[in-house]
Amino acid sequence: MADKVPLPQTGDPALSLTLEGISLKPEKDQLGKRLSEFPWWFVAIILIAVGTAYIIVSNTNYREAFIFITAGLSITIITSLIAYVFALMLGLLTGLGRISRNVVLNNLATLYVELIRGIPMLVLIFFIALVGVPVVVDSINAIGRWFEQAGIPLVGTLLTSVNNQAVSMNVRAIVALSVTYGAFLAEIFRAGIQSIGRGQMEAARSLGMSYGQAMRCIILPQAIRNVLPALGNDFVAMVKDSSLVSLLAVRDISQVARLYAGRSFRFREAYITLSVMYLTMTVSLSLLVRVLERRLRHDR
Amino acid sequence: MRNDQCTGEERDNIIVVKNLHKHFGEVKALNGVNLTVERCKVVTIIGPSGSGKSTLLRCINYLETPTYGEVWIDGELLTRTQKQLNAVRTEIGMVFQLFNLFPHLTVLENVTLAQRIVRKRPLEEARSTAMEQLQRVGIPEKAGAFPAQLSGGQQQRVAIARALAMNPKIMLFDEPTSALDPEMIKEVLDVMLDLAKEGMTMVVVTHEMGFARAAADEIIFMDDGLIVEQTTPYDLFNNPQQERTKLFLSQILHK
Repeated sequence: MADKVPLPQTGDPALSLTLEGISLKPEKDQLGKRLSEFPWWFVAIILIAVGTAYIIVSNTNYREAFIFITAGLSITIITSLIAYVFALMLGLLTGLGRISRNVVLNNLATLYVELIRGIPMLVLIFFIALVGVPVVVDSINAIGRWFEQAGIPLVGTLLTSVNNQAVSMNVRAIVALSVTYGAFLAEIFRAGIQSIGRGQMEAARSLGMSYGQAMRCIILPQAIRNVLPALGNDFVAMVKDSSLVSLLAVRDISQVARLYAGRSFRFREAYITLSVMYLTMTVSLSLLVRVLERRLRHDR
Repeated sequence: MRNDQCTGEERDNIIVVKNLHKHFGEVKALNGVNLTVERCKVVTIIGPSGSGKSTLLRCINYLETPTYGEVWIDGELLTRTQKQLNAVRTEIGMVFQLFNLFPHLTVLENVTLAQRIVRKRPLEEARSTAMEQLQRVGIPEKAGAFPAQLSGGQQQRVAIARALAMNPKIMLFDEPTSALDPEMIKEVLDVMLDLAKEGMTMVVVTHEMGFARAAADEIIFMDDGLIVEQTTPYDLFNNPQQERTKLFLSQILHK
């Protein structure tokens, strides 16, 4: 083929001439394209952040609000992080259950996902923290009493010693967020696993690997890599949804801001500062996800 | 260097398939196939697409579970027990049409992984076995590369090395050259020819009649989920008994 149609070399004067001829006009269009593709929204967000930072520094009311609300920052971050780690584990297990051929596992996983996805998150948080956790604790106590009656006091005392008052709202909030996000992450893991071609599993099994070995060494490493950006986006979403735990009186930044606003009647200061704090966290996390996404695409 | 097991006079049947049926819903891919393969023999399966040749091959290592019938490997009846299947599959290498290399692992890791976690070989031994096999298929210099950096022919040769590194008793080939560009077919067939000469038991589904002529001890023609004819390559090409075989051969050989 190549000897029939000689391709012009890069040094070919004819080629560079045509290229120059073509490139003259699009240069203007390219500028227009660049301007339209420039992330103006990002500039706006930076301006908002810088503007708010300036106001916080210069205005005493805002400064007071900011200092007050910062007290809840560690709760927001810790709650989100711990809940996310648990949600990842729960999501991976559930995702594996969703693709499992085992009827019981598959149905349990699907039931969990469908239940969670069908209930508003706010309701779920109340339900898990105020109904779910007490029911589980009561059941544990009942099992403990059964052990005591059966003559195994050591396990019995251990299980009956748990009581509802001991489970703080912070812990309940983390449980609620984990259980809720576990269902969302399960669907991400499931999609990731299903995106890997059947041939990979077949090749692994044909080499004598068990299903578990094939999953662990062949399928999951590829699947997780594919869904890393999606997992990152859900972490951003979780940071935002962690504000719901303020309704359980957990002192995260939302709750502290509400307290501040209620006490000082400075609603504007409280909620502008609060919003910008969330924005700073979510936008910087989103940027990290974008960088990750780009790097993964380059690696391919 | 012939396989030691191939020197004796008596050769047992290493693969025995009895009355094998496989249905995919309404579609009946296999309708009662009987097949025996002697140790150290090379058997080639040909036939039109949809004739069940790949399904038969995939039933031999239970990658597809047969709907009905028996598969015996080296005197052992296969069941659905995962433990038994994992052990049996360790002894049966398989090469796929689309290579199915693990894209997230290097060539060397592709060839060592199963040795390590299935055969439980120490790293050093697994590596030296892997390099030996890569040498055999002619690409030891690609050990550090990722599959995506290789040509199709190279990928398929790595896939063969990966299977051979487990020291299998049987090798199954499922149309190993069908997805290759024409200029890469020979390098893969050459590796397979060498393997056949060394006395490996091979079952090869292929459209490469040249390979069948050169290497096969037996050739099987399948149609509609049944074995229509089973004979030597010479007899099949020169003296086919069945009308369907004649028709198929006339179509593929452009006579």
